[in-house]
Amino acid sequence: MGLLKKPFLEAVDNIVSASKRVSCLEEKRKPRRYCRRFPFCHGLKPAELIPRLKMLASHCFYMLYLQPMSKNINQLRILLILGIIAASVYVLIQFPLNLGLDLQGGTRLVYEGQETEKVKVSDDSMAGVVAVIRNRIDGLGVSEPTIQRKGQSQVIVELPGIKDPERAIALIGDTAMLEFVEAEWLPGDARGASPEKVKEFYGAEARIGTVKEEQDGRVVSEKPIVLKKTVLTGADLKGAFPGFDQYGNPVVDIEFNDNGAKLFAEVTARSVNKPIAIILDRKVISAPNVREPIPSGRAQISGNFKAEDVRDLVIKLKAGSLPIPVKMVETRIVGPSLGKDSIDRSKIAGVLGFLFIVAFMVIYYRLPGFISVLSLAIYVPLTLSILAAFHTTLTLPGIAGFLLTLGMAVDANVIIYERLKEELRLGKTVKASFAAAFDRAFAAILDSNVTTIIGAVTLFFVGTGTIRGFAITLTIGILVSMFTALTLTRLMLNMLVDAKIVTDPNSKLLYK
Amino acid sequence: MFDIIKKSRMFLTVSAIVTALALAVLLFNFMVHGKPMNFGIDFTGGTMLNLRFAKAVSVGEVRQVLDGYGLGESTIQKSGDQDILIRTKPLDNDVRTRLLADFNTKISQTEILEADVIGPTIGKELGQQAIWALLLASLGIIIYVSFRFEVKYALAALLALYHDAIITTGIIALLWRQIDITFVAALLTIMGYSINDTIVIFDRIRENLKKTSLAKKKFNEIVNLSIWETMSRSINTVMTVLFMVLCLLIFGGEPLREFSLTLLIGFTLGAYSSVFVAPTLLALWHHNESKK
Repeated sequence: MGLLKKPFLEAVDNIVSASKRVSCLEEKRKPRRYCRRFPFCHGLKPAELIPRLKMLASHCFYMLYLQPMSKNINQLRILLILGIIAASVYVLIQFPLNLGLDLQGGTRLVYEGQETEKVKVSDDSMAGVVAVIRNRIDGLGVSEPTIQRKGQSQVIVELPGIKDPERAIALIGDTAMLEFVEAEWLPGDARGASPEKVKEFYGAEARIGTVKEEQDGRVVSEKPIVLKKTVLTGADLKGAFPGFDQYGNPVVDIEFNDNGAKLFAEVTARSVNKPIAIILDRKVISAPNVREPIPSGRAQISGNFKAEDVRDLVIKLKAGSLPIPVKMVETRIVGPSLGKDSIDRSKIAGVLGFLFIVAFMVIYYRLPGFISVLSLAIYVPLTLSILAAFHTTLTLPGIAGFLLTLGMAVDANVIIYERLKEELRLGKTVKASFAAAFDRAFAAILDSNVTTIIGAVTLFFVGTGTIRGFAITLTIGILVSMFTALTLTRLMLNMLVDAKIVTDPNSKLLYK
Repeated sequence: MFDIIKKSRMFLTVSAIVTALALAVLLFNFMVHGKPMNFGIDFTGGTMLNLRFAKAVSVGEVRQVLDGYGLGESTIQKSGDQDILIRTKPLDNDVRTRLLADFNTKISQTEILEADVIGPTIGKELGQQAIWALLLASLGIIIYVSFRFEVKYALAALLALYHDAIITTGIIALLWRQIDITFVAALLTIMGYSINDTIVIFDRIRENLKKTSLAKKKFNEIVNLSIWETMSRSINTVMTVLFMVLCLLIFGGEPLREFSLTLLIGFTLGAYSSVFVAPTLLALWHHNESKK
């Protein structure tokens, strides 16, 4: 305990003397004028606030960079640094960084809910849209999809790594509104009857549709049909399964729930020898004639399906129909090769940029420059591990942002070392110069980094997708770089001093 | 020691002229092209297809296929021997699928590197969001700098930032580079980062104003002294970042090119304005205030 007590007391002394120093300065230099120049701080002494906060922060690390408490302090410091490196490497192994759509390839779709006469765009209907889309994507078997609402009426769907975006697009965006409609073949002499006439004759809901028969994608026959009344919808289904009819053509086997089965039995009973039209999204897909009543609640949907069509229709029927139709307003498809290319290229750019920075810092600032390179080397795994721990998705702009922060991370060191140069020129000892440099550079580093973070945070709230990735990496990068510059660099520099490696202020190892 | 503040009118005039020229470029583009900048599909809505063909391909072949869809007017660009970049109006999923199938049969096997379709409403939203972002960031910076320094420091810094942002925009507009959402990100990054050097100088002014040994100096002299005292750090901090931006520009590949170019221009301007615009504006303002 005694070991820790001494530096702590010194820290308290420092605070007291710092505030004293400030107050004498103010007395000498018209103290009131200074306060007046702060529009938001009338009456407060802001100059006192900062050194206090600063000292408070340094308390947390007093054990590490105040007076050496024992001969073992450097070993402790080395242990701490190794601990930070080990922890970040461990986190990186445990939670590998997710690659964004633009890097691993994938599809991003933005849908906008469309208002219908019956259903308005609301939180409820949009929540329904999200739920149905989620079910459909689950049926598609995409790993780690994201489905989220944006604004009042939009849904963003992100499907990393899917190979067949067209299929996903067709599957997700369809309303998949299934209807079973009581119908009747239109007699030949009634062709060209007006909608009013049809309604008069067949009931208020009646309308005319067409049953198209297709072969190899070409329409071979068209037959008009009177659609009288919708009796069952997709909501009455219990299940849907892929199957085959007696000729081996792919079909969808469906099973109604109890209520649906009852209704279906009634309808088939009164429709013997008449057709029942099966309509998907307002298109008649088939209209089989009923031969006998079906009480089992089971039916088959056939209609020139290919095996893939059946598979996707089953997914849609199981997931249910969208409560409101949606329109695709944005599609972004990134193939896998582009992302790989981008990663490779940004790796090259990053390594070269890093080497430039290393060369510059070591040549210009010598030994302290080398120390800042070491803390930059810790900065890299530390930042990446924090990004990983927050489950950040790494995007291409995100990588660019991270590489930029490498350049910005040494800025704090540059500010400190330039200050160090001035302090050394004043004739202070190496140790005192180090302490003063960190002390004095703090305000400039804090203020300049906060302004960069303001820009990045704005970007986060306004931007979407990949740009958010950039904003997050930039923000975390700046915060971590402040930590490495203000504590790790300082810690390592103090190690040099305590190990008596640099003692002469005129040493060639220092830049003056 | 060269007196920057004494020549402040010269620096400010040059900056004002260049800013005006940048705005003139936007106006000129508007008259000639009908829009101030070459807005990409992120802003206007549309389709962007980045395709890789199995064999070397020519723009003519691609245009021929597009003609069949009435899309002969699309922008078609070669981005590599086998790579083609097509920009056109928003296409339906069906049309796009058929188009790709046509490329497969008529030219050669096609791989989608990137395919974006953006509806016009989304683009409009983005434009509004971009303006909001710039305003919000400005507001944040004003509040923070006013709190830590003074309102006039904040305004001087912000004017310098707008100077950087407007000239950067003007240069990109002059080069007629296609801009997308990353341009907005780049502008905000420039604003956030370029103010750093300004803050370092302001911090030094704040510190020097408190020094008893400098109590007799005039405000202008203190500003000038502060600029020179911090000169090497202003240069070195920007240098390290510019190293990185240059590497990204040269080696970072096509998708990051516009982004790094914008940053390169903006950061360079930021370094200039931090030294020659923001402090001189501050000194000028102080001078005018004390005359009253």
